[in-house]
Amino acid sequence: MSDTAILFKNISRHFGEVKAVDNVELEIKDGEFFSMLGPSGSGKTTCLRMIAGFDRPTSGQIILYGQDVSNLPPYERPVNTVFQDYALFPHMTIAENIGYGLMIKGIPRPEREKRVEDMLSLVRLPGFGRRKPSQLSGGQRQRVALARALINHPKVLLLDEPLGALDLKLRQQMQVELKNIQREVGITFIFVTHDQEEALTMSDRIAVFNEGKIEQVGSPADVYEHPATPFVAGFVGTSNLVSGEVAQRITGSQNRFSVRPEKIHLAKANEQPAPDMFVANGSVRDVVYLGLYTRYLVELEGGGDLVVVEQNLKTTSMDVTGVKGQTVQLFWKKDHVNYVGG
Amino acid sequence: MLNRISTFFYRRPKLVLALFLVPPLIWFLVVYIGALVTLLINSFFYLDGFTGQVVREFTLQTYAKLLIPTNLQIFARTTGMAILVTVASVILAFPLAYYIARFASPRMKTWLYVAVTLPLWTSYVVRVYSWKLILAQEGIISWFARLIHLDGLLTWYLSHDLVGGPSLAVSPTGIFIVFVYIWLPYMVIPIQTALERVPKSLIEASGDLGATPAQTFRTVLLPLSFPGVVAGSIFTFSLTLGDFIVPQLFGTSSFYIGKAVLTYQGTSGNIPLAAAFTMGPIVIMIVYLLIARKLGAFDAL
Repeated sequence: MSDTAILFKNISRHFGEVKAVDNVELEIKDGEFFSMLGPSGSGKTTCLRMIAGFDRPTSGQIILYGQDVSNLPPYERPVNTVFQDYALFPHMTIAENIGYGLMIKGIPRPEREKRVEDMLSLVRLPGFGRRKPSQLSGGQRQRVALARALINHPKVLLLDEPLGALDLKLRQQMQVELKNIQREVGITFIFVTHDQEEALTMSDRIAVFNEGKIEQVGSPADVYEHPATPFVAGFVGTSNLVSGEVAQRITGSQNRFSVRPEKIHLAKANEQPAPDMFVANGSVRDVVYLGLYTRYLVELEGGGDLVVVEQNLKTTSMDVTGVKGQTVQLFWKKDHVNYVGG
Repeated sequence: MLNRISTFFYRRPKLVLALFLVPPLIWFLVVYIGALVTLLINSFFYLDGFTGQVVREFTLQTYAKLLIPTNLQIFARTTGMAILVTVASVILAFPLAYYIARFASPRMKTWLYVAVTLPLWTSYVVRVYSWKLILAQEGIISWFARLIHLDGLLTWYLSHDLVGGPSLAVSPTGIFIVFVYIWLPYMVIPIQTALERVPKSLIEASGDLGATPAQTFRTVLLPLSFPGVVAGSIFTFSLTLGDFIVPQLFGTSSFYIGKAVLTYQGTSGNIPLAAAFTMGPIVIMIVYLLIARKLGAFDAL
């Protein structure tokens, strides 16, 4: 039992007619970095809010380390949240913000101050205690919000799109930092995001949400390499779905399949496919040079498009753009095909 | 042609600014500040008791007359009343403002908003007079007290000099009730606005960090809505300080500042003393605002 951090038993949350969360079953393990991935309105944030206690399920139970918390108010749950807008108290200093949970618990000032100092150095903001939230940058506020939650030693830390407001560089830096902090403190992290790259980078496991239901739960590699449904194939990475007659031409069956763009090889003239490969013919309709790699849009013989990505190891932008309009052969390993049904 | 005018102004943003600002500034300087300065100047003149003429010479003798014990009592009485009215308004307004800001549905919010401001649409004098009827000896409150056999308690209460009088309609308590009634909307609206500006996530964060609703109220909601309370109290406090109609209608023989000004200026034509009296509330308000600033009321502005 101690292995399970959170258990969702038939959780539903309806807002009037809208089923924000529809009969979700989920198990999150102790010490895991677990991501809830999905588009906005898919129910991921509602699930997080139900764990925190800001929202209560219409039906079902939430079990937190063996205890049914479905009807407990937020202040009686051993979880803490990092909010999307950070929700720092503007009238308190950084130290007062971080020490808020301890102050509420009635921990004496000397100990509180010491633990706040420790937290400030954990999130690499030593000496910032006296400042006000308005004097900090977005990235710094984010770390204060993290420290304010972690200082209470929650059993589970909930993160609601905490990196959404940061610019790309800072976001990538924070992704690494968050992961490091999680390893250091060993707490279960539940991370809500709509950014698939973020989920793939940081998570031990990912649950992909769509329209109030979970489409797939698995490791990042699992979800990426073997999407269980067309939705997952499309939402995580580029979709490249092929079905019907075109699929039959390539694989010999009408079953719908997906293949990742980077797995497809743009064949040179006279190149022969290996026996374990599928072959498709088409013409290059569009070429986008992206520096590190080039993205080709290939129109397949018989209809449909495939996106192909190739690294620019030896090619230059002049070389690749010349390919536009030419007929090409595409090869990819049969292993890299996923039959996604539907 | 219109285009050319637009372009002309587009190229001269400072001229546009001047055109917008000069009229209100002139109005403000002449009518508001000018009037106050005239008052200030007048308060340094004095009334010749023999001729009954205002003598336009600089003197402090009017202020010496102002600061006699009877007048100081008037200041103390009025300030005390203003404080009581303000405190009562905060206590009454806060729960209502809190409900409007945080719980009411948008539809309900509109209705409550209208309900709060509706009294302001009718004449102040009419509303004040209607209270005369409610509080009168034969009024609804006395009637109700008799009905539940508490008229003895009411009579006992009214027999105390500090709060009572011949009837509720002629007593400091009556003044207090009517003041709270007429100024309450001016307290509800600023508090509600301040509460609405507190993001919901702050309240959730506080609960998330272990604070009970009562603790959240004390440590997060109250400090963050305090500027609204102060804004509202500036209205209730200053309006009570200067009002003369309510003490006139509901007062016993005791004077309040507004009534004193009216009497000196109108009845006895002692404009310098009336002007000096008016300086009283201004000084009290300055002190009040300094205290509010010390308490951090304007930090969040």
